[in-house]
Amino acid sequence: MSALLEVEAVSRRFRGLLAVDAVSFGVDAGELFAVIGPNGAGKTTLFNLIAGALPPSAGTIRLAGERIDGLRPDAIAARGVGRTFQIVRPFPAMTVRENIMVGSLMRTPHAAAARAKADAVMERLGFAALADRPAASLTLPDRKRLEVARALATEPRLLLLDEVMAGLRPTEVDAMVATLRAINAEHGTTIVLIEHVMRAVMALAGRVLVLHHGARIALGTPAEVVAEPEVVRSYLGTGPVH
Amino acid sequence: MRWALGLALAGALLAAPLVAGRYELSVLILVFQFVLMGQAWNLMMGYAGQLSLGHALYVGLGAYVPALLWLHFGVSPLLGVFAGMAAAMLAGAAIGWLGLRFGIEGVYFALLTIAFAEITRVAFDHLPVTGGAGGLFLPVTPEGRAAWWMLDGGPVFFYYVTLALAAGATGVVAWLARSRMGFLWRAVRDDPVAAEALGVNLFRARMQAILVSSAMASVAGVVVAFYYRNLFPSQVFDMSRSIELILAPIIGGLGTVLGPVVGAALLTPAGEALAALVHRAGLDAPGVKAVAYGLLLIAVIWVRPSGIWPWLARRLGVS
Repeated sequence: MSALLEVEAVSRRFRGLLAVDAVSFGVDAGELFAVIGPNGAGKTTLFNLIAGALPPSAGTIRLAGERIDGLRPDAIAARGVGRTFQIVRPFPAMTVRENIMVGSLMRTPHAAAARAKADAVMERLGFAALADRPAASLTLPDRKRLEVARALATEPRLLLLDEVMAGLRPTEVDAMVATLRAINAEHGTTIVLIEHVMRAVMALAGRVLVLHHGARIALGTPAEVVAEPEVVRSYLGTGPVH
Repeated sequence: MRWALGLALAGALLAAPLVAGRYELSVLILVFQFVLMGQAWNLMMGYAGQLSLGHALYVGLGAYVPALLWLHFGVSPLLGVFAGMAAAMLAGAAIGWLGLRFGIEGVYFALLTIAFAEITRVAFDHLPVTGGAGGLFLPVTPEGRAAWWMLDGGPVFFYYVTLALAAGATGVVAWLARSRMGFLWRAVRDDPVAAEALGVNLFRARMQAILVSSAMASVAGVVVAFYYRNLFPSQVFDMSRSIELILAPIIGGLGTVLGPVVGAALLTPAGEALAALVHRAGLDAPGVKAVAYGLLLIAVIWVRPSGIWPWLARRLGVS
């Protein structure tokens, strides 16, 4: 398998704070990859660097061999990177269907075709009943699902999911895990997810990157990283994994 | 039911000159002008979320350019309108480029639009070619020429011209609202960061809205020039014009197709009736309309902050 995403020695500095510290990793096409770490470890900043919301202070980011660091977010989205926001950002005055249509309009110039695609995405994520509701009226878990639906509608090669399971009940987590697995299997969509819900990480991810204070402290299979003493010390603690 | 209502309204509007007098027609012409200008502004603010308080600039350029072309070269305003449109779009592009290039957003962008309108007003006041502060007068065409081609006619003629323009503008907005561009504008309005992450080019989307809006506003200028047949920079480009034309869409409902129509249909006759009443009472109160508009605006924002049309549409079951 070839590397779809290559992150090389990427750093991001906010004044005195080094939020991301020379992080390197690669994600293969079709992989399910998780990024974990304590709050403030730099996970969301790393996503913002990949998606172009922030330029890196140093380092390079490649998508399928092409450098994307320094490009605008819409240019990176057009190259096949879909992302969700940890703090959800729905288009509040638009309906659920219209929100998703904005995503599908990137690949289809016609509103009618975009609408059909949005309906298909909604069907897949169990949204059909909410289609005509204004996004402002959704509950937080539904807004998280809307983030996923909107990003999926752009038909991404690489899907960046930022804590989309937070606030979901265990059964909902399992349903989301199953959906992401199916999307990955059917479309070969590469998925990188930031997640605190270890239940989802263990069930879904083939490999896990662990960040702490902006730096990479471990990278490997879920079983490998949870056995690393430094990961246990800085993030997981000594209690049971649930 | 909806179609019957629409057809009845269309029939009434088409037949109105048969029963309406000169005064009623002049009020209706004013309503249609405000529909046209309101729709233009509504596209930019209501759909794309960019506040312009300088739309008098586009209307004014749309008035002056065809008027000058007609006066000096005998160019028909039906052709001149496109030159006016080009001038307005050029001004819009300049404002948009500055705003977007330097990240001037929200109220600061609004200040930029005011500044451009004011600069143009002062410039036109002093340019000999525009007639300066003394104004520009458009004589009535000599007998025997094709009057409609030169946009010369009485109230009935202008009634139908402005009716067609208002209906056309509303149709364009209805079409744009369902188009790809309209969707992207609304996304940019609601959350530019999220829109950009979904592949929307913010610069392009905002610039498109400015260009379409300024072009549409400039068409209203042709009516201003050739119906009233005199132009003064101090009136045409005045800030109060920019404010007046945004009232109908705000009162009617921002970001809705029929909001500017409902707003103008309520606001303009109410203002004119009040002014007539005050005049008949023998009072000299030239500011009375502005005061009435202000009070109405406060009342609507208080009671129906999203405007009258969304509420009315729900009541009528047509939303």
